[in-house]
Amino acid sequence: MDFNDPMLALSSWIGQVSFLIGDFGLGLLWRFIHIVVTLCHIVSGIFEAVESYAISLGLIQKYSSIDIEKLKCLAVVVDIEAARDVSKVVELLQWLTTIGVKQVGLFDSQGLLKKSKDMILEMVPRSVLLQETGEKDTSGIALEFISSSDNKEAVVKAANILFQKYLKSRHPGKDEGENVFTETHLNEALRVVGESVHVPDLLLVYGPVRSHLGFPAWRLRYTEIVHMGSLKYMRYGSLLKAIHKFTGVRQNYGV
Amino acid sequence: MGGEVRQLLEQIHRFSRRCLFRVLSMGPLPTHLAFIMDGNRRYAKKRGLEDGSGHKAGFSTLMSMLQYCYELGIKYVTIYAFSIDNFRRKPEEVQSLMDLMLEKIKSLLDKESIVHEYGIRVYFIGNLGLLNDQVRAAAEEVMKATAKNSRVVLLVCVAYNSTDEIVQAVKRSCVDKADRDTERIQLVDIEENMQMSVAPEPDILIRSSGETRLSNFLLWQTGNSQLFSLDALWPEIGLRHLVWAILNFQRSHSYLEKRKKQL
Repeated sequence: MDFNDPMLALSSWIGQVSFLIGDFGLGLLWRFIHIVVTLCHIVSGIFEAVESYAISLGLIQKYSSIDIEKLKCLAVVVDIEAARDVSKVVELLQWLTTIGVKQVGLFDSQGLLKKSKDMILEMVPRSVLLQETGEKDTSGIALEFISSSDNKEAVVKAANILFQKYLKSRHPGKDEGENVFTETHLNEALRVVGESVHVPDLLLVYGPVRSHLGFPAWRLRYTEIVHMGSLKYMRYGSLLKAIHKFTGVRQNYGV
Repeated sequence: MGGEVRQLLEQIHRFSRRCLFRVLSMGPLPTHLAFIMDGNRRYAKKRGLEDGSGHKAGFSTLMSMLQYCYELGIKYVTIYAFSIDNFRRKPEEVQSLMDLMLEKIKSLLDKESIVHEYGIRVYFIGNLGLLNDQVRAAAEEVMKATAKNSRVVLLVCVAYNSTDEIVQAVKRSCVDKADRDTERIQLVDIEENMQMSVAPEPDILIRSSGETRLSNFLLWQTGNSQLFSLDALWPEIGLRHLVWAILNFQRSHSYLEKRKKQL
């Protein structure tokens, strides 16, 4: 028995019916599917909110203690719209200080947080600007302000440093590139142009979409990226949960 | 009889898929989808299979996913097949992976392969010099054989690292500019020399097995990409996961487009 002919006939019939129903009918069906997806997100959002409140109230045992030593460097990516509300960023930093996080990199693509740097440092108690060298101030929280200019533009500046080295070292007809163009050399050149070497262990994204939004690529190799939702409706319990989950992660680095 | 039932089921499945994809295409669809195929070893362990079976099961899943993507009309698909870090695995495992890759790369040249069915242009992206001669030669042969295809594109990242890709792009830009007596490298020079410049930036990046990191994959290109971390292990990934990712992409599409315009 060959089932192809009836299937082809059915396919053709459906094609004709769809033509009659047209894009309008399919569009309605598409909208219906999206309403179902939205409902799923609403329901899971409610569950997350309830869980978050339970965590904040200390009702869930496993979140009451976090091995914060495992989190050496945290990065927070903030959507541009959210970055305009500095008070929410300050509140987040105060929560992170309470949890015991020592080092936080704050990123927004347009550098709005960089512009509000002084205000943020003033409003967050015991906060200091992260310095690359020198003794770390262990009592407070060290902040770093990052934007898109620290991503691809920094790599271009570093590339030009290597370019100059290459021009000086090369002989005509012989490619000396192997001694100049390695990851170590580019890393060093990035340090020279002021791009920080602090590689975040965990990246929290506050925005509508789970995306790193252009955070400096060179630093993201093995960073755990977690979507926290909107900054406006951020929750302390969700923050604790994300950090706790991170402390349980075991990486094998590809091996 | 069993074969015919299977054929009927396959026909019904294909037909239902067509209907579903017709509905999905009422909204915006991604142009470029990237996959980190994580979890093959864990899958084999979970099922009590012998070493290496997980990767074979993973390959089968990959073929299904490619079929769904190309049926849906997604033009570019990138897969993270083998990282430079993976060379540090046990030599027997690396050799077995290389043997599997060689077998599968050669099979792409078969007339019945998915490459011919969908007119796929295949690129192998990565530091191919790190591969053994046989695998490298097979990869180059496939790239040459499919160079004239233009309908859809498959980018296979093998012996690849994002940081290595960036360094190689910087090197190529510098060597090129030095020959032309230019004084400065510009961003456009580096971007042109990135191996992934043959495709636009990914719209969606899907990682299986629940891990939330990118593991040095497409770090430069994913600034505007929506990242998905699915709990299922790679061989367990199916149509429902792809559909879920696309539905969520459609919800975020206007935000991501707005962001691209702002930059």
